Amino acid sequence: MKTAKAKPKRTAVQMGILFTAIFFIGIGIAKQEYLEVMQKAVRICLECIGIG
Amino acid sequence: MFGMHRNRINPKSGDKSKKRISFQRCCQLVSAVLVNGYVVGFQKGTIFTGKSKAICVPVLNCYSCPGALGACPIGSLQAVIGGRKHHFPFYVLGMLILFGIVLGRLVCGLLCPFGLVQDLLYQIPTPKVQVPKKIDKPLRYIKYLVLLFLVILLPAFAITKTGITPPYFCEYLCPAGTLGGGIPLMLTNPQLRTLAGALFQWKMLVLLVILVASVLISRPFCRYLCPLGAFYALFHRFSFYQMHLESEKCIGCKQCEQICPMAVEVTKDCNNPECIRCGKCRKVCPTQAIASGFGDNQE
Repeated sequence: MKTAKAKPKRTAVQMGILFTAIFFIGIGIAKQEYLEVMQKAVRICLECIGIG
Repeated sequence: MFGMHRNRINPKSGDKSKKRISFQRCCQLVSAVLVNGYVVGFQKGTIFTGKSKAICVPVLNCYSCPGALGACPIGSLQAVIGGRKHHFPFYVLGMLILFGIVLGRLVCGLLCPFGLVQDLLYQIPTPKVQVPKKIDKPLRYIKYLVLLFLVILLPAFAITKTGITPPYFCEYLCPAGTLGGGIPLMLTNPQLRTLAGALFQWKMLVLLVILVASVLISRPFCRYLCPLGAFYALFHRFSFYQMHLESEKCIGCKQCEQICPMAVEVTKDCNNPECIRCGKCRKVCPTQAIASGFGDNQE
Protein backbone atom coordinates (compact mmCIF):
# COMPACT_ATOMS: atom_id res chain seq x y z
CA MET A 1 0.00 0.00 0.00
CA LYS A 2 2.77 2.36 0.97
CA THR A 3 4.61 1.91 -2.34
CA ALA A 4 1.40 2.23 -4.37
CA LYS A 5 0.72 5.60 -2.73
CA ALA A 6 4.31 6.74 -2.97
CA LYS A 7 4.58 6.09 -6.72
CA PRO A 8 2.32 8.90 -8.04
CA LYS A 9 3.88 11.25 -5.49
CA ARG A 10 7.34 10.34 -6.75
CA THR A 11 6.29 10.80 -10.36
CA ALA A 12 4.87 14.22 -9.49
CA VAL A 13 8.16 15.24 -7.86
CA GLN A 14 10.12 13.92 -10.86
CA MET A 15 7.95 15.80 -13.33
CA GLY A 16 8.11 18.95 -11.18
CA ILE A 17 11.90 18.85 -11.16
CA LEU A 18 12.06 18.05 -14.87
CA PHE A 19 9.85 21.01 -15.78
CA THR A 20 11.84 23.27 -13.44
CA ALA A 21 15.02 22.22 -15.30
CA ILE A 22 13.44 22.91 -18.70
CA PHE A 23 12.03 26.22 -17.42
CA PHE A 24 15.47 27.27 -16.13
CA ILE A 25 17.14 26.36 -19.42
CA GLY A 26 14.45 28.34 -21.27
CA ILE A 27 15.03 31.44 -19.11
CA GLY A 28 18.79 31.00 -19.53
CA ILE A 29 18.49 30.86 -23.30
CA ALA A 30 16.17 33.89 -23.31
CA LYS A 31 18.72 35.81 -21.23
CA GLN A 32 21.51 34.58 -23.53
CA GLU A 33 23.40 33.04 -20.65
CA TYR A 34 24.78 30.44 -23.03
CA LEU A 35 26.94 33.20 -24.55
CA GLU A 36 28.50 33.80 -21.14
CA VAL A 37 29.24 30.07 -20.86
CA MET A 38 30.69 30.02 -24.37
CA GLN A 39 32.86 33.10 -23.81
CA LYS A 40 34.46 31.39 -20.83
CA ALA A 41 34.76 28.00 -22.53
CA VAL A 42 36.44 29.13 -25.76
CA ARG A 43 39.35 30.80 -23.97
CA ILE A 44 42.03 28.88 -22.11
CA CYS A 45 41.03 29.15 -18.45
CA LEU A 46 44.32 30.00 -16.77
CA GLU A 47 42.95 29.28 -13.30
CA CYS A 48 41.73 25.82 -14.38
CA ILE A 49 45.09 24.75 -15.78
CA GLY A 50 47.02 26.09 -12.80
CA ILE A 51 48.47 29.38 -14.00
CA GLY A 52 46.04 31.70 -12.24
CA MET B 1 41.95 -1.70 6.78
CA PHE B 2 44.39 -3.09 4.21
CA GLY B 3 43.54 -5.98 1.95
CA MET B 4 43.27 -7.06 -1.64
CA HIS B 5 40.10 -5.91 -3.30
CA ARG B 6 37.39 -8.52 -2.96
CA ASN B 7 36.71 -8.23 -6.67
CA ARG B 8 39.94 -10.05 -7.32
CA ILE B 9 39.17 -13.07 -5.17
CA ASN B 10 35.62 -13.36 -6.41
CA PRO B 11 35.40 -16.48 -8.56
CA LYS B 12 32.51 -14.97 -10.53
CA SER B 13 34.70 -12.22 -11.92
CA GLY B 14 37.29 -14.72 -13.16
CA ASP B 15 38.56 -15.35 -16.65
CA LYS B 16 35.59 -13.98 -18.58
CA SER B 17 35.96 -10.41 -17.23
CA LYS B 18 39.66 -10.46 -18.13
CA LYS B 19 38.93 -11.20 -21.76
CA ARG B 20 35.87 -9.05 -22.33
CA ILE B 21 35.61 -5.34 -21.87
CA SER B 22 32.64 -4.52 -19.64
CA PHE B 23 29.62 -2.46 -20.66
CA GLN B 24 30.61 0.14 -18.07
CA ARG B 25 34.12 0.46 -19.49
CA CYS B 26 32.76 0.73 -23.04
CA CYS B 27 30.45 3.58 -21.99
CA GLN B 28 33.27 5.33 -20.13
CA LEU B 29 35.63 5.09 -23.11
CA VAL B 30 33.02 6.23 -25.65
CA SER B 31 32.04 9.13 -23.39
CA ALA B 32 35.68 10.18 -22.86
CA VAL B 33 36.28 10.18 -26.61
CA LEU B 34 33.04 12.00 -27.40
CA VAL B 35 33.56 14.84 -24.95
CA ASN B 36 37.25 15.16 -25.89
CA GLY B 37 37.02 14.56 -29.62
CA TYR B 38 38.95 17.62 -30.85
CA VAL B 39 42.19 15.78 -31.62
CA VAL B 40 43.78 18.79 -33.37
CA GLY B 41 43.86 20.58 -30.02
CA PHE B 42 46.21 17.99 -28.56
CA GLN B 43 48.56 18.36 -31.53
CA LYS B 44 48.62 22.16 -31.60
CA GLY B 45 48.28 22.95 -27.90
CA THR B 46 45.10 24.96 -28.44
CA ILE B 47 41.46 24.48 -27.44
CA PHE B 48 38.26 24.05 -29.44
CA THR B 49 36.35 27.29 -30.04
CA GLY B 50 33.23 26.03 -31.83
CA LYS B 51 29.60 26.69 -30.92
CA SER B 52 29.19 23.42 -29.02
CA LYS B 53 31.23 25.04 -26.23
CA ALA B 54 28.01 26.85 -25.23
CA ILE B 55 26.54 23.52 -24.11
CA CYS B 56 27.49 21.95 -20.80
CA VAL B 57 28.55 18.31 -20.84
CA PRO B 58 27.13 16.20 -17.97
CA VAL B 59 30.59 15.21 -16.69
CA LEU B 60 33.56 16.84 -14.96
CA ASN B 61 35.64 17.60 -18.04
CA CYS B 62 37.66 20.80 -18.15
CA TYR B 63 36.74 23.15 -21.01
CA SER B 64 40.42 24.00 -21.26
CA CYS B 65 41.25 20.42 -22.17
CA PRO B 66 42.58 20.68 -25.76
CA GLY B 67 40.09 18.05 -26.91
CA ALA B 68 36.99 19.34 -25.07
CA LEU B 69 34.00 19.92 -27.34
CA GLY B 70 31.65 21.17 -24.60
CA ALA B 71 31.73 23.25 -21.43
CA CYS B 72 32.43 21.90 -17.94
CA PRO B 73 29.23 22.36 -15.87
CA ILE B 74 31.09 23.14 -12.64
CA GLY B 75 33.42 25.63 -14.36
CA SER B 76 30.45 27.24 -16.10
CA LEU B 77 28.49 27.49 -12.87
CA GLN B 78 31.35 29.34 -11.20
CA ALA B 79 31.91 31.52 -14.27
CA VAL B 80 28.27 32.69 -14.34
CA ILE B 81 27.90 33.12 -10.57
CA GLY B 82 31.24 34.90 -10.32
CA GLY B 83 31.01 36.86 -13.57
CA ARG B 84 30.58 40.63 -13.85
CA LYS B 85 26.78 40.40 -13.67
CA HIS B 86 26.75 37.99 -10.68
CA HIS B 87 23.32 36.72 -11.65
CA PHE B 88 21.40 33.53 -10.96
CA PRO B 89 22.77 30.81 -13.28
CA PHE B 90 19.48 29.68 -14.84
CA TYR B 91 21.00 28.06 -17.92
CA VAL B 92 23.78 26.05 -16.25
CA LEU B 93 21.65 25.12 -13.24
CA GLY B 94 18.83 24.01 -15.57
CA MET B 95 21.21 21.73 -17.44
CA LEU B 96 22.62 20.31 -14.23
CA ILE B 97 19.14 19.63 -12.84
CA LEU B 98 18.15 18.02 -16.14
CA PHE B 99 21.11 15.62 -16.06
CA GLY B 100 20.48 14.98 -12.35
CA ILE B 101 16.77 14.20 -12.64
CA VAL B 102 17.15 11.97 -15.70
CA LEU B 103 20.31 10.06 -14.82
CA GLY B 104 21.32 10.83 -11.22
CA ARG B 105 24.80 9.56 -10.47
CA LEU B 106 24.71 7.22 -13.46
CA VAL B 107 26.78 10.03 -14.99
CA CYS B 108 29.56 9.30 -12.45
CA GLY B 109 29.46 5.56 -13.03
CA LEU B 110 29.19 5.36 -16.81
CA LEU B 111 30.14 8.68 -18.36
CA CYS B 112 32.72 10.61 -16.33
CA PRO B 113 36.27 10.53 -17.82
CA PHE B 114 37.85 11.27 -14.45
CA GLY B 115 35.87 8.36 -13.00
CA LEU B 116 37.42 6.21 -15.74
CA VAL B 117 40.91 7.37 -14.74
CA GLN B 118 40.24 6.43 -11.12
CA ASP B 119 38.76 3.05 -12.11
CA LEU B 120 41.78 2.21 -14.26
CA LEU B 121 44.21 3.19 -11.50
CA TYR B 122 42.35 0.99 -9.04
CA GLN B 123 42.98 -1.97 -11.35
CA ILE B 124 46.70 -1.77 -10.51
CA PRO B 125 47.33 -4.86 -8.36
CA THR B 126 48.40 -3.45 -5.00
CA PRO B 127 47.04 -3.99 -1.47
CA LYS B 128 43.82 -1.95 -1.23
CA VAL B 129 42.67 0.25 1.62
CA GLN B 130 39.22 -0.30 3.08
CA VAL B 131 38.44 3.03 4.75
CA PRO B 132 36.75 2.35 8.12
CA LYS B 133 33.09 3.40 8.14
CA LYS B 134 33.64 5.81 11.04
CA ILE B 135 36.08 7.80 8.92
CA ASP B 136 34.52 7.15 5.51
CA LYS B 137 31.01 8.38 6.32
CA PRO B 138 31.86 11.89 7.61
CA LEU B 139 34.47 12.37 4.89
CA ARG B 140 31.79 11.89 2.23
CA TYR B 141 30.13 15.13 3.34
CA ILE B 142 33.22 17.10 2.25
CA LYS B 143 32.02 17.06 -1.37
CA TYR B 144 28.83 18.88 -0.35
CA LEU B 145 30.93 21.52 1.41
CA VAL B 146 33.11 21.86 -1.70
CA LEU B 147 29.95 22.39 -3.78
CA LEU B 148 28.49 24.90 -1.34
CA PHE B 149 31.59 26.96 -0.55
CA LEU B 150 34.04 26.66 -3.47
CA VAL B 151 31.51 26.43 -6.29
CA ILE B 152 28.59 28.58 -5.08
CA LEU B 153 29.22 30.85 -2.07
CA LEU B 154 32.77 32.04 -2.72
CA PRO B 155 32.17 32.91 -6.39
CA ALA B 156 28.94 34.65 -5.36
CA PHE B 157 30.24 36.72 -2.47
CA ALA B 158 34.05 36.87 -2.45
CA ILE B 159 34.08 39.57 -5.10
CA THR B 160 37.47 40.98 -6.13
CA LYS B 161 38.29 44.56 -7.25
CA THR B 162 37.78 43.59 -10.88
CA GLY B 163 34.20 42.53 -10.15
CA ILE B 164 34.97 39.00 -11.28
CA THR B 165 35.61 36.22 -8.81
CA PRO B 166 37.95 33.39 -9.72
CA PRO B 167 36.61 29.84 -10.07
CA TYR B 168 37.93 28.70 -6.69
CA PHE B 169 37.24 25.00 -7.19
CA CYS B 170 38.92 24.97 -10.60
CA GLU B 171 41.83 27.08 -9.40
CA TYR B 172 42.76 25.24 -6.22
CA LEU B 173 41.23 21.78 -6.25
CA CYS B 174 40.05 20.40 -9.59
CA PRO B 175 42.33 17.50 -10.63
CA ALA B 176 40.44 17.01 -13.92
CA GLY B 177 41.55 20.49 -15.06
CA THR B 178 45.20 19.72 -14.30
CA LEU B 179 45.10 16.30 -15.93
CA GLY B 180 42.93 17.11 -18.94
CA GLY B 181 43.84 20.77 -19.47
CA GLY B 182 47.00 21.79 -17.62
CA ILE B 183 49.36 18.93 -18.48
CA PRO B 184 48.50 18.59 -22.22
CA LEU B 185 48.65 22.35 -22.73
CA MET B 186 51.93 22.71 -20.86
CA LEU B 187 53.44 19.90 -22.92
CA THR B 188 52.40 21.32 -26.27
CA ASN B 189 52.38 25.07 -25.66
CA PRO B 190 55.80 26.58 -24.73
CA GLN B 191 54.31 30.01 -23.99
CA LEU B 192 52.09 28.59 -21.27
CA ARG B 193 55.00 26.62 -19.85
CA THR B 194 56.87 29.83 -19.06
CA LEU B 195 53.89 31.06 -16.99
CA ALA B 196 53.65 28.02 -14.73
CA GLY B 197 54.50 28.79 -11.12
CA ALA B 198 53.56 27.92 -7.55
CA LEU B 199 49.87 27.45 -8.36
CA PHE B 200 50.67 24.87 -11.02
CA GLN B 201 52.90 23.05 -8.55
CA TRP B 202 50.07 23.05 -6.01
CA LYS B 203 47.63 21.69 -8.57
CA MET B 204 50.09 19.00 -9.61
CA LEU B 205 50.45 18.00 -5.96
CA VAL B 206 46.66 17.76 -5.55
CA LEU B 207 46.44 15.67 -8.72
CA LEU B 208 49.27 13.40 -7.60
CA VAL B 209 47.69 12.80 -4.18
CA ILE B 210 44.34 11.94 -5.80
CA LEU B 211 45.93 9.65 -8.38
CA VAL B 212 47.97 7.79 -5.74
CA ALA B 213 44.88 7.54 -3.53
CA SER B 214 42.97 6.11 -6.52
CA VAL B 215 45.38 3.17 -6.68
CA LEU B 216 44.63 2.32 -3.05
CA ILE B 217 41.00 3.42 -2.57
CA SER B 218 38.18 2.97 -5.04
CA ARG B 219 37.16 6.35 -6.53
CA PRO B 220 38.41 8.62 -3.71
CA PHE B 221 37.66 11.83 -5.62
CA CYS B 222 34.07 10.76 -6.36
CA ARG B 223 33.55 9.69 -2.74
CA TYR B 224 34.98 12.69 -0.95
CA LEU B 225 35.60 15.72 -3.15
CA CYS B 226 33.62 15.91 -6.39
CA PRO B 227 31.07 18.78 -6.31
CA LEU B 228 29.38 17.48 -9.46
CA GLY B 229 28.79 14.10 -7.86
CA ALA B 230 27.43 15.94 -4.81
CA PHE B 231 25.01 17.89 -6.99
CA TYR B 232 23.74 14.78 -8.79
CA ALA B 233 23.43 12.99 -5.44
CA LEU B 234 20.80 15.57 -4.43
CA PHE B 235 18.56 14.31 -7.26
CA HIS B 236 19.59 10.69 -7.09
CA ARG B 237 16.54 9.35 -5.20
CA PHE B 238 14.14 11.08 -7.59
CA SER B 239 15.94 10.44 -10.87
CA PHE B 240 14.12 8.61 -13.66
CA TYR B 241 16.91 6.03 -13.78
CA GLN B 242 16.68 3.88 -10.66
CA MET B 243 18.08 0.72 -9.14
CA HIS B 244 15.61 -1.83 -7.83
CA LEU B 245 16.14 -4.69 -5.40
CA GLU B 246 13.63 -7.53 -5.25
CA SER B 247 13.84 -8.54 -1.60
CA GLU B 248 12.04 -11.84 -2.29
CA LYS B 249 14.85 -12.92 -4.62
CA CYS B 250 17.71 -11.65 -2.40
CA ILE B 251 19.47 -14.48 -0.55
CA GLY B 252 21.60 -12.10 1.52
CA CYS B 253 24.95 -13.30 0.14
CA LYS B 254 26.20 -9.67 0.15
CA GLN B 255 28.26 -10.19 -3.00
CA CYS B 256 26.78 -6.94 -4.29
CA GLU B 257 28.12 -5.03 -1.29
CA GLN B 258 31.53 -6.64 -1.57
CA ILE B 259 31.97 -5.62 -5.18
CA CYS B 260 30.52 -2.10 -4.88
CA PRO B 261 33.24 0.48 -5.70
CA MET B 262 31.50 3.10 -3.56
CA ALA B 263 31.00 0.77 -0.55
CA VAL B 264 27.22 1.16 -0.66
CA GLU B 265 25.10 -1.17 1.47
CA VAL B 266 23.10 -2.30 -1.56
CA THR B 267 20.77 -4.66 0.31
CA LYS B 268 19.73 -1.88 2.70
CA ASP B 269 19.44 1.01 0.25
CA CYS B 270 20.13 0.35 -3.41
CA ASN B 271 19.36 3.96 -4.37
CA ASN B 272 21.71 5.48 -1.83
CA PRO B 273 23.06 8.87 -3.05
CA GLU B 274 26.56 7.38 -2.96
CA CYS B 275 25.64 4.75 -5.58
CA ILE B 276 27.14 5.58 -8.97
CA ARG B 277 25.00 2.99 -10.80
CA CYS B 278 27.97 1.26 -12.38
CA GLY B 279 25.93 -1.95 -12.48
CA LYS B 280 28.57 -4.17 -10.85
CA CYS B 281 26.13 -5.27 -8.14
CA ARG B 282 23.56 -6.25 -10.74
CA LYS B 283 26.15 -8.23 -12.67
CA VAL B 284 27.43 -10.15 -9.66
CA CYS B 285 24.02 -10.99 -8.14
CA PRO B 286 23.53 -14.80 -8.35
CA THR B 287 19.72 -14.56 -8.24
CA GLN B 288 19.23 -11.49 -10.48
CA ALA B 289 17.56 -9.70 -7.58
CA ILE B 290 18.93 -6.32 -8.69
CA ALA B 291 17.51 -4.50 -11.67
CA SER B 292 18.01 -1.01 -13.06
CA GLY B 293 16.45 1.20 -15.67
CA PHE B 294 14.09 4.05 -16.41
CA GLY B 295 10.77 3.99 -14.55
CA ASP B 296 9.12 0.57 -14.55
CA ASN B 297 11.03 -0.74 -17.56
CA GLN B 298 13.83 -2.13 -15.47
CA GLU B 299 16.18 -4.79 -16.76
